[in-house]
Amino acid sequence: MDIIVTGLLLGGTYALIAMGLNLQYGMARIMNLANGEMLVAGGFAAFWFWTAAQVSPLLTVFIVAPVAFAANWLIYIVFLRPLVKRARSRGQLEVDSILTTFGLSFVSVGLMLAVFGGDYFSYSYLSFPVHILGDSYGANRVAAFVSAVIICGALWLWLDRSRAGLTIRAIAVAPDSARLVGIDVGKMAALAFALGGAVTATGGALISTFLTLDASTGVMFTLKALIIVIMGGVGDIRGTIIAALALGLLETFVATLIDPGLTLAAAYLLFVVILLVRPQGLFGRRTT
Amino acid sequence: MRLSPTDWRNLTLSALALAFVACLPWLVGNYGLSIGVTIVMYTVLATSWALFSGPTHYISLATAAFFGVGTYVTGIGIEYLPYWTLLPLAGVIGAVLAALVGLATLRLSGVYFVIFTLGLAEFIRQVITWGQNVSGAKGIYVLTSITEAHIYWQLLGLAALVYLLGWAIGRSRLGFALRIIGDDEQVARHSGIHTARAKILLFLVPGSVAAITGAILAPRYVYIEPSLAFTPMLSFQVVIMALLGGTGRLWGPLVGVIPFTFLWEGISITVPNQTTLLLGVSFLVIVYLLPKGFVGLFGAIRRRMGSEGLV
Amino acid sequence: MKRRTFAQIAALALATGFAAVPASAQDTLKVGAVAPKTGPLAGGAAVSYWPNVKLWVETVNARGGLNVDGKQMMLEVIEYDDQTNPGETIKAVQRLVEQDQADIILPPYSTGLNLASAPIYHRYGIPMITSTATTDKADELSAQFPNVFISLGGAQPIALGAVEVLTELRDRGDIGNKVAIVNVADAFGIELANVAKPAFADAGFELVYESSYPLGSQDLSPVMKAVKSADPDAFVAFSYPPDTFALTEQAQIEDLQVGAFYTAVATAFPSYAGRFGESIEGVLGIGGVNADDEAFQTYAARHEEVTGAKPDYWASAMVYSTFEVLEQSIEAVGLDNAAIIEHIKANAFDTVIGTLDFDENNNNPSFWTVGQWQDGVFKGVASTGREGAVDVVVKGPWK
Repeated sequence: MDIIVTGLLLGGTYALIAMGLNLQYGMARIMNLANGEMLVAGGFAAFWFWTAAQVSPLLTVFIVAPVAFAANWLIYIVFLRPLVKRARSRGQLEVDSILTTFGLSFVSVGLMLAVFGGDYFSYSYLSFPVHILGDSYGANRVAAFVSAVIICGALWLWLDRSRAGLTIRAIAVAPDSARLVGIDVGKMAALAFALGGAVTATGGALISTFLTLDASTGVMFTLKALIIVIMGGVGDIRGTIIAALALGLLETFVATLIDPGLTLAAAYLLFVVILLVRPQGLFGRRTT
Repeated sequence: MRLSPTDWRNLTLSALALAFVACLPWLVGNYGLSIGVTIVMYTVLATSWALFSGPTHYISLATAAFFGVGTYVTGIGIEYLPYWTLLPLAGVIGAVLAALVGLATLRLSGVYFVIFTLGLAEFIRQVITWGQNVSGAKGIYVLTSITEAHIYWQLLGLAALVYLLGWAIGRSRLGFALRIIGDDEQVARHSGIHTARAKILLFLVPGSVAAITGAILAPRYVYIEPSLAFTPMLSFQVVIMALLGGTGRLWGPLVGVIPFTFLWEGISITVPNQTTLLLGVSFLVIVYLLPKGFVGLFGAIRRRMGSEGLV
Repeated sequence: MKRRTFAQIAALALATGFAAVPASAQDTLKVGAVAPKTGPLAGGAAVSYWPNVKLWVETVNARGGLNVDGKQMMLEVIEYDDQTNPGETIKAVQRLVEQDQADIILPPYSTGLNLASAPIYHRYGIPMITSTATTDKADELSAQFPNVFISLGGAQPIALGAVEVLTELRDRGDIGNKVAIVNVADAFGIELANVAKPAFADAGFELVYESSYPLGSQDLSPVMKAVKSADPDAFVAFSYPPDTFALTEQAQIEDLQVGAFYTAVATAFPSYAGRFGESIEGVLGIGGVNADDEAFQTYAARHEEVTGAKPDYWASAMVYSTFEVLEQSIEAVGLDNAAIIEHIKANAFDTVIGTLDFDENNNNPSFWTVGQWQDGVFKGVASTGREGAVDVVVKGPWK
């Protein structure tokens, strides 16, 4: 039983890591390799507010999210829109956005190093045990999981029910047709990208309560997020949630019952197998 | 294969160029030589990468996986086998691995292939780490008397092979088939080209070459551990350099690698504290100002000069 | 034709690169330092390495510079980021020698990067007093690279130190003989665990749980749950910085009650105390210093004053002491590298960690192996022949 709870908690963490990238890649069509840096920046903000003024990371997210939204909106308008405009094909855009966001990730690491230095930043927040079904779990992990549920739930409702969500899904599925029915594709894509950045930074602030980060760790989270998004299927948040939970459960299962040394190997094996069986990901649509 | 006079001229010029760069260890100091090693290493990796990814448009991030396997072949094998057998062995292992990956990933396209290759590198790295842990093998020491110049010449030889191979493929039926696949895979399939086999065959090239490169460089690292041998940055750098140069021509990656290496050096020297930041910035500048890589830039210049009657 | 154009541009770039090097001024010495500022090891280097470079240069300059053959020379530092990439380390060292013509080159950071650049230091004959490399191959290395000195010790004594401390606690009757061992699945953790496991068995301990976990694991709670259910009397983790934090936090969450709790790298970091506060009283870790020693206390105060951060209680002082060895040797014999190496071999040095005296294998035989947090200070409790060890105490419940 504790395997399942621990696995779900870890899955919640992974959902926080990956959800933002899914919005950016699935909806806005930008394969954002600087995603992990946005996450670390969110963590930095939480760390800074906590050590300087004892502001709870759970409150910090209400500052982090709008700031990250604005920053990512700007990034999209300044750096990525020109690429979208000049790209002749989806492949061209993919290559260009890989190159650009790779450069952006360097810039962000450099900025964070200059501002915060290269030291590890870690702090204790909510690091007391809570008891669920007779076992104890870190309260910060539980808090992050609850936040993940709220964020994912809100996103799903918004995408599924609201008009804005519908248009965003429309540009994800068929950008050209969306344009024909009068949707401002550029604006909606910018919105999705900015929202993705905000979700990622929020996730970073939340997971910094229990993970030790430093300015250079972003790329690790980018890799993990990419794997989860691809595994779940690009452009479908249900897929990302399922993939994140599956990964969390699998890693915990392997760590507990087989050998903790094989957790990451098992994660990549699952990823590889899923892609072989369903090349478009769990919930992905087959594209040409 | 018949060679035209132009071919002979190009071959002779290339051989002369090769002979000239082979003299580098006597012409420049150790620092120059280490830049030479960097350039040749990335040229080999990026060119072999582009041989596959250029025509097929598959972006492979598996370079680090093959490279790391190669370093481990040398690291483990050096105790049991003579050094000269290790390079071909690394090549064969790299090719076998590439064949397996190729067989498995045929159904994947676009970004799925990209991430798959990335996951593959991490997977191999994790398995090796775990194996080390279980077997109790420690970090591997490669203490040899191989010098930087030896490594440079070996890499240069490999580079020559890669260019010859690329040139040969370009003239062969396989190369012709690949160009059709690159233009339109449907058309290729309808005209009776075995697209899957062509792609797998081609994928053997970067796999095998990257493994050999890793095997050659292992003595330079002295101490091998998975986090250094399988660093994902390597895969990204190779892609970046190849795309910066342009993948349409055989010599494209070379003109990406050289300026990139010097740019990197220049930034490291002038602003060591902000290396990462400035590298990122110059990167963005390149992407926006050189959308088609240097190959595209040359094409544009040539066209402009041509239209003005200069060429 | 295109290739030739590019060869010209490349040659031009090289030429300007050469020309850009300023002529070296007469009364300053160039000090080169290469270590990660980015990449996986940047976090550790930012704690233990870079502040000491700054501190050393400022300290030497504050006292009027280095006395080289009767002349006072100020130090000027050139820093390069190797991005935790051995190829870059090698290149940067060569750049320092040939382009910058640095007079003094400090050793790089971490076991892997030190060993990767050892051949280069050797080729230039530069004395390389490593301060952040742990290796059990000191004799082989010094045979091949006689310019390399190892000061931080090998994996073997460090792991055996942990065994020794736990044995003492058990023999005193403070803990039972059930021990749980975990390690990070990386060369460092593997090496230590492989030495420690048989040694614990030989010392009569019962291994109730043993496991490894991959570098970069995001959740160590399954590990800690398994440890807890094995009900050990002592817990030993050969861990890296992010996992040291995670394991400690998980142990508190799981309320793992052991009489001895040992984590490896980063236990001695000030940020460890900063994060966990008083709850870490009695936690054991790799390293340690003679914390009551006046030389160390002066050093710690200067470190905080100059760099704005506290030193860690293990590698920081070790890094600084190797700079002092270099400093004293240069003042004794001048800038001749061969003479410096001979001088280091032949003499003992008075440093912030006490006397530093290399053996015939260029190895520092006496170093701290285990430290313990006592009253907010990480004090050395076991060493291979250092003075000032305090008695190890049994760890109480988490606060």
